[in-house]
Amino acid sequence: MEMFIMSLTIFVLAIFVGVEVINKVPPTLHTPLMSGTNAISGIVVVGAIISSGGSEHTTVLSTVLGVIAIALATINIVAGYMVTDRMLNMFKRK
Amino acid sequence: MDVLINLGYLVAAVLFILGVKGLTSPKTAVNGNRMSASAMLIAVIAALLDSNVITYEYIILGVLIGGAIGAFIAKKVAMTDMPEMVATLNGIGGGASLLVAAANYLESQKLAELGHFSVTYDWSVAVILSILIGAVTLTGSFVAVGKLKGKIGDSNKVSLYKWIVKLCFLTLIAGAVYFSAYSQLNSDLLILGLIVVCLILGVCLVMPIGGADMPVVVSLLNSYSGLAGAAAGFVLGNNGLIIVGSLVGASGIILTSIMCKAMNRSLTNVLFGGSMSAQSGVTKSENDAFYEGKVKFSNADELAMLLDSAQKVVFVPGYGLAVAQAQHATRELASMLEKNGAEVKYAIHPVAGRMPGHMNVLLAEAEVPYDQLVEMDTINPEFSQTDVAIVLGANDVVNPGAAEDPNSPIFGMPILNVHNAKTVVVVKRGLSPGFAGIPNELFIRDNALMVTGDAKQVLQDTIGAMKDL
Repeated sequence: MEMFIMSLTIFVLAIFVGVEVINKVPPTLHTPLMSGTNAISGIVVVGAIISSGGSEHTTVLSTVLGVIAIALATINIVAGYMVTDRMLNMFKRK
Repeated sequence: MDVLINLGYLVAAVLFILGVKGLTSPKTAVNGNRMSASAMLIAVIAALLDSNVITYEYIILGVLIGGAIGAFIAKKVAMTDMPEMVATLNGIGGGASLLVAAANYLESQKLAELGHFSVTYDWSVAVILSILIGAVTLTGSFVAVGKLKGKIGDSNKVSLYKWIVKLCFLTLIAGAVYFSAYSQLNSDLLILGLIVVCLILGVCLVMPIGGADMPVVVSLLNSYSGLAGAAAGFVLGNNGLIIVGSLVGASGIILTSIMCKAMNRSLTNVLFGGSMSAQSGVTKSENDAFYEGKVKFSNADELAMLLDSAQKVVFVPGYGLAVAQAQHATRELASMLEKNGAEVKYAIHPVAGRMPGHMNVLLAEAEVPYDQLVEMDTINPEFSQTDVAIVLGANDVVNPGAAEDPNSPIFGMPILNVHNAKTVVVVKRGLSPGFAGIPNELFIRDNALMVTGDAKQVLQDTIGAMKDL
């Protein structure tokens, strides 16, 4: 339970930090913000890596699910960052 | 080692926040995005150092497959299709979180057998939440993609979907209570059943929402995809995941509220109110009667003459501009006017594209400098000093009825006050209503001129006519 309360604390504080930072993003950059956060949500790859790392408690099924999860999260990471970079470079030139 | 790994997650989280902070200005945005990408690299390295990771071949396999698909999509996608792309990635992110939760459930069974894991209530609640948010994001996003592409139309079975949604929620709650109270580790079928229920729930939540409301839905699902990651973080007890997931969650929530404000609707109304045109639409004959004999039609030659003497011109692009692929023609005309000594700006309504900020990207692609793209609140006071405002494929967002007529169904919706300009030129294919399904009073005003036709063609004709002047 203590662990849970600590995680919850981190979660709530992180939401506040997120709101503060993201409120300052101008509307011009809202689409790159969304594709950029798509990439960031690929962070779940961390969980997927731990699931498919093949330690003693994994099963065939959990490894399969883990590998699919890695592939999906990597799509988000690679596509998200690349397309955001593409868009932001359009804004950069003048 | 664990200390080092957790420090790695902390560094990554800080870099993610700084990366998003970089997005506060177009000048720092490219570096911000790269900073965010390096944060991801650090997080992945930290995960690979985890003591549970023994073999790497499966991980490499997953990364190669995902990386190839991701790079392909990112290179191929057209800027007009960004809403579909973001919606798809939302769904994929939700799907990944769902799978992580399911895999963790299976591993926990094995761990419990080995005596290394004992179930807690918060673990079981986190598993259920993770499945719920992940599955709803997955299927909801793909329905949203279908609606954006126009393959799934507006539904007239709103009450049926609402009924299924209620049923799904009841089943879910009953299942969740049973799961956490009685059989946390030997209920494979129950978990599978709950996943299916949540997948159906995602479909039925998005199906009744109108296609015009997809910007709100995509923003909301963007938020869910982050929250799904955070929920997976609770399941795994991984603080890095929680911090970063909630960052994405917060971003989506803010964008959702901006979109709702711009459409003058509450989130509940968007999610459960059915489609807007179904509530307030006029028939074709009512629409024709409204405009009959009152609209002044004009043509490209007259528009060229008008623009030739204008000192200040504001373009008002709507999604129709992107449909006609007229961004480059707009930019060309704008450059001509600037050479002529006129001041040119673009007025961007928050819902001008089909997702937050979409129109800015489309114009940036056509090499319009970003400092000419002006937000609604900044440009509105300037319309009274504007000689010509050119409305290109926008309708409801320039309807003065929203500001002046309390009986209008869109009354209260923030609009661009183009009617205050000396002359308003509306370039439009015809007089059909916009998303709200109502006629536009602007078109019959004294200072309004209508040029019918495809936006790109009209602009090209105008450019030609200006050259001849």
